[in-house]
Amino acid sequence: MKEILSGNEAIARGAFEAGVKVATAYPGTPSTEILENITRYKEIDSSWAPNEKVALEVGIGASFGGARALVTMKHVGVNVAADPLFTLSYTGVGGGLVLVTADDPEMHSSQNEQDNRNYAKFAKVPMLEPADSRECKEFTRLAFELSERFDTPVLLRTTTRISHSKSIVPLNDPVAGLPAPKLVRNAAKLVMLPGNARVRHPLVEERISKLSAYGATMDINRMELRGSEVGIITSGVAYQYVREVLPEASTLKLGMVHPLPFDLIREFAARVQTLYVVEELDPFIEEQVRAAGIEAIGKEILPICGELTPGIIRNAFAKASVVGANLVFAQEGQSQGLPLPSRPPSMCPGCPHRGVFFALNQLKAYVTGDIGCYTLGFMPPLSAMDTCICMGASIGNATGVVKVVAAEERKQVVAVIGDSTFLHTGVAGLMDMVWNNAPATVVILDNRITAMTGRQENPASGFTLTDQPAYRVDIPELCRVLGVRNVRTVDPYDLEATRKALEEEMNRPEPSVIVTDRPCVLVKREGVFEKGPVLTVFAEKCSGCRACLKIGCPAIVWEPAEGRKGKAVIDMLLCTGCDVCRQLCKAGAIGRGK
Amino acid sequence: MKVFNIVIAGVGGQGVLLASRVLAESALACGMDVKQNEVHGMAQRGGSVISFVRIGERVYSPVVMPGSADILISFEPLEALRYVHYLKPGGKLVYNRATINPSTVASGMATYPPDVEERIGRACRDAHGIDALAIAKEAGNAKAVNMVMVGSVMKNLPIDAKVVEGVVREISRDKGAEVNLRALKGGAAA
Repeated sequence: MKEILSGNEAIARGAFEAGVKVATAYPGTPSTEILENITRYKEIDSSWAPNEKVALEVGIGASFGGARALVTMKHVGVNVAADPLFTLSYTGVGGGLVLVTADDPEMHSSQNEQDNRNYAKFAKVPMLEPADSRECKEFTRLAFELSERFDTPVLLRTTTRISHSKSIVPLNDPVAGLPAPKLVRNAAKLVMLPGNARVRHPLVEERISKLSAYGATMDINRMELRGSEVGIITSGVAYQYVREVLPEASTLKLGMVHPLPFDLIREFAARVQTLYVVEELDPFIEEQVRAAGIEAIGKEILPICGELTPGIIRNAFAKASVVGANLVFAQEGQSQGLPLPSRPPSMCPGCPHRGVFFALNQLKAYVTGDIGCYTLGFMPPLSAMDTCICMGASIGNATGVVKVVAAEERKQVVAVIGDSTFLHTGVAGLMDMVWNNAPATVVILDNRITAMTGRQENPASGFTLTDQPAYRVDIPELCRVLGVRNVRTVDPYDLEATRKALEEEMNRPEPSVIVTDRPCVLVKREGVFEKGPVLTVFAEKCSGCRACLKIGCPAIVWEPAEGRKGKAVIDMLLCTGCDVCRQLCKAGAIGRGK
Repeated sequence: MKVFNIVIAGVGGQGVLLASRVLAESALACGMDVKQNEVHGMAQRGGSVISFVRIGERVYSPVVMPGSADILISFEPLEALRYVHYLKPGGKLVYNRATINPSTVASGMATYPPDVEERIGRACRDAHGIDALAIAKEAGNAKAVNMVMVGSVMKNLPIDAKVVEGVVREISRDKGAEVNLRALKGGAAA
């Protein structure tokens, strides 16, 4: 049986075949679909966690209880989960534990392009890197075997091109005969007090040496000898690109990128005249190969920044005068003559964030932003975001800014954060803001879903990953419990009320929270979002003033006219009837009906 | 057999990904190797979408290199122009003539090129515009543009049209199957 699966679907399948009992994650592109696909395997207890640290800690508990556990996240999520990860390296596992880190070279949907192979070296744990969907499934199974055999968590690293590419995967039956989970006490191994941890550290070093030696014998680290002139060490999607553009070159394809199999690398180096390393982002393999005294060429000819492509690799080798590589010329723009209007993503028609950012822009607020759909509030015409660092950063950033600027400027500082991001890592920031009395305003954009990653449930949405009704965190009450005295809720579709609430709270010389209460227009669950009656522009009344264009709604189309003022038109198919544009029209040209 | 490179371009929400899936599943059903890639995440929010489908005996890279596509299928004229450089010399372009304004144009910050089709013609000698939206509506659903576009290139693919029909039938929900099949046929006749 064969199926076409994405890398993410294949990892979910691999977890099922490996007999995984518990799977946890916080959504993040490009990793999100792994857990969404795991829900189809009823044998697996799958759930979203409020953040990646909690996800890993739940996974660790399941592993200590004797079950196989899968934890998945995007690359920056591992920063959040790093604390438990580094100590888990010392304790080792009960049932196998695999942590998937989905990296995003080129930053298709991320704020940085950190190379998480460095985490494997830093935390001293093995890392596997698949090169297509078939390997995603097979390496997931293998990762659980390695985890138990070497008593270590195993990192499985994908990149966006692996997570979101589809290819053919042969399916297998799940493994049978795994031991039943039960409580096992082993405090000397699992309680990491200094005395116990000092005993564990040398074992970690020993483990990584053993894994390096074992790596030289593994099938997934594979020498493919062709010509003897050029030898290339590579892994992941870069391997596919190398095979595509340099079919004559010999390759050492690494399935395990940490620890490196140095015996095998030496053998390969001895069989080729010139050794190259082709890897995306950091010179992770190259530096270690060179430190081992083996000459290799890598980042001298290949970029550190951004994704590799077949074209970049071919050009790099052509310039290095490697036989068989011919220059390709990027033709982008050449055939087009004039620049084309860009088509950037934008907030959906009816998005409840739109009115808030319009008001923040009008009030000239200094907005410390956060991670979510609302980060698009940075884009014109809303143009109302001044900082964006990482999940949950907006509130701490606001506290820091108000600590240092003059009293008059403090009023302008507003932190903006979504419901899911607030519960991810924003709560501690708000606790600090109150505790240390920083007089900033926090806007919690509660749209009742984790929208940017494709509408996942969160602790304030009232449902779980598997669609079970759940306790819904009361966000305004939570803020009050943290000590915020001024908590108010507004309807972001009411522009005047939103502007007034913001103005009042910005002028208040103490911490305050405004919760905007409107669901995401994409939430499909019945009774959450309901479309209102569609709006229309009465052409005879439209003065062509463009006020309605200031909210950047995709449903409002500007129709220019020769020699006189243009007019706005509302696309009836796109309009959700949110009514925000009507409130902006001084001419009274926008309304319902004909 | 040389690898056959297909690039599908469009706007988030137009069904580029489903069209890609139909082609990939069809290749699998024909016993060929296939890889498909697209970058999504931002796709739902009206952004530009590009997807690659590569079919052959053995396919390595999941992405198509600029200058190497055998065929470019674009669901929108501006997106055809944006990605026409993916075509190899002599490559074929089929595009839906119905335009969709980018947000930059809708808000009056940029202008949609009025000569978009002329420019497509200058960039590609083998370019064909079809009225996919009208054909989809005729088939029973404006959203079936993606199936019209797949239909329009079926004769150019190394895949049997009957196999494509079978895949469309299989992955469509009950009611949708007939509409999708009509859209596929409408596209093939365009």
